[in-house]
Amino acid sequence: MKLTKLLATAAVAMGLATSAMAEKTKVGFIYVGPVGDGGWTYEHDQGRKAVAEAFGDQVETVYQESVPEGADAERAITQMALQGADLIFTTSFGYMDPTVNVAKKFPNVKFEHATGYKTADNVSVYSARFYEGRAVQGHIAGKMTESNIIGYIASFPIPEVIRGINSAYIHAKRVNPDVQFKIIWAYTWFDPAKEADAAKALIEQGADVILQHTDSTAPQAAAQAAGNVVTFGQASDMSEYAPFPRVSSIIDDWAPYYIARTKAVMDGTWETANTWDGIGAGMVGIGEISDRVPADVKAEALAMVEKLASGEYHAFTGPINKQDGSAWLADGETADDGTLAGMNFYIEGIEGEVPN
Amino acid sequence: MDLSAISPTLLIASLMVAATPLLLAAIGELVVEKAGVLNLGVEGMMIVGAICGFAVSVETGSPYLGILAAMAGGAILSMLFAFLTQFALANQVASGLALTLFGLGLSALMGQGYVGVKPPAMGTLNIPVLSDLPFVGPILFGHDLVLYIGLGLTAAVWATLKYTRVGLILRAVGENHEAAHALGYHVVRVRILAILFGGACAGLGGAYISLIRVPQWTEGMTAGIGWIALALVVFASWKPWRVLLGAYLFGGINVLQLNLQAAGIAIPVEYLAMSPYLITILVLVILSADKSAAPASLGRPFHASH
Repeated sequence: MKLTKLLATAAVAMGLATSAMAEKTKVGFIYVGPVGDGGWTYEHDQGRKAVAEAFGDQVETVYQESVPEGADAERAITQMALQGADLIFTTSFGYMDPTVNVAKKFPNVKFEHATGYKTADNVSVYSARFYEGRAVQGHIAGKMTESNIIGYIASFPIPEVIRGINSAYIHAKRVNPDVQFKIIWAYTWFDPAKEADAAKALIEQGADVILQHTDSTAPQAAAQAAGNVVTFGQASDMSEYAPFPRVSSIIDDWAPYYIARTKAVMDGTWETANTWDGIGAGMVGIGEISDRVPADVKAEALAMVEKLASGEYHAFTGPINKQDGSAWLADGETADDGTLAGMNFYIEGIEGEVPN
Repeated sequence: MDLSAISPTLLIASLMVAATPLLLAAIGELVVEKAGVLNLGVEGMMIVGAICGFAVSVETGSPYLGILAAMAGGAILSMLFAFLTQFALANQVASGLALTLFGLGLSALMGQGYVGVKPPAMGTLNIPVLSDLPFVGPILFGHDLVLYIGLGLTAAVWATLKYTRVGLILRAVGENHEAAHALGYHVVRVRILAILFGGACAGLGGAYISLIRVPQWTEGMTAGIGWIALALVVFASWKPWRVLLGAYLFGGINVLQLNLQAAGIAIPVEYLAMSPYLITILVLVILSADKSAAPASLGRPFHASH
């Protein structure tokens, strides 16, 4: 009897305490890598800092870094929800199912999953049209290569990565018909030693331009050691390797989105959304094109950035065939978002197979 | 598919680089285990070595001072393990795991100011004439100093264990610490020295990654090499040359699979990605059929009062 009463009192007290503190919105972030990776997770954390700065005392931000994708992610997300987060951003593709599972158990908490496609009443998804940035890099890559061999360090065979390879290839091929892609699947987002080895293997096989879809700057370091190899920054600017070997970069800018969504939760206007913004909305940035790129190539690249931003040009504009030669996009036709979101095929001209 | 794109010379040269951190960490752990101590903290000592080496070489501008600092860093961290297991008689498995977790956290803390910084380069030892020889030049004479230290260390550990009095005492302590104690050898002292040696080797291996192989600092950059080193010692039946073989095999197939992918070979990528682990395990399991057992006192605590 006494114990029950005690517990009841405690519960009431807790309830009061929680409602008293509820004015402060708690925003949580789950990261796949360390905040110091200099790439993907680093940029998400910059977004978190921007939220903290924008709202000051009104918000409290928490994060957990280096959370493995898979079962452990579910535990980490649950724990963050239990700690009273009002809004949780899960920032990697592999958190998709864990996020949806946890969201079912916490209907009052809002969830935002980056780069996924499964939504629910309290789960939004958001991603950036990185393929627009890759179109620009592909253009520069095709112009810069002298050996006509472009190396590509890919992470996991998911649509996001395959889309990037295709987009870069289309635009490299358009300016340089002899170009050839050599692709290495690293099966990791972040493993500097492996990325360095992959970059070295590509360079040894004649690649003089390296594109990467992994998060560390190890390929830049390998390119620098090799001397005459061009690279691009991935996720963040990686400007410490500019002006060479890094000649440009694709930068993720999540801050405006994070601030807007946090604001929506505070106002009570948050709704499930499926956001996919590109260069135009500022979610994808193109890092400064360095002077090692010839002026005319730089001008062409910047013109493409303009057109992509205004929507005048779509990175996947036909005629484009699939790898097996079958037609995909007719002349002038552009790809629809559904196909792009689930892209699981190479386009014509790329050698090798997409791993299953 | 274009296999001619793969140059055997460059392949061998880069497999030696890829294998060196693994070799260094494993040869150190071999000595520790030969002394009868199981230190599962290799990963932690490596990553601490990686950041100590990186930080000191950035601050001083000298990669060689960095290498020394990495060895010191690994050894100092291993002293914690030595204290816990040799004086406090704590469980070795738990202490080793704790050491890894502690090392990962500590290195992340120490490395906060070093993200995105470039370390001073350690040049290769380009021996005139010899390193210009075709084929053997780049393989045998075109590397950095630490790679040769790794090879020399393997030979030295092998010779010491096999031919010297020090090696005999170390093995005696590992095989039967009661008997070694009865003969008047200071079991705890021998083990502490072995642990320090293992820590220094692991630290050196870590610094090889952050200073030469990658070279940059990022959290968690050893990415499990310490764990592979632990497995390698067991599969190599506690024999130095087999550790070398295993490390080169693992590094070699890892580099080879990346090269095969780039050359567009038609084997599914997933098989290529798992091949380094499978083949290394397979070869070493076959080699270990000679039933060389683990040191008999491995993992058992010792106290002179027993």
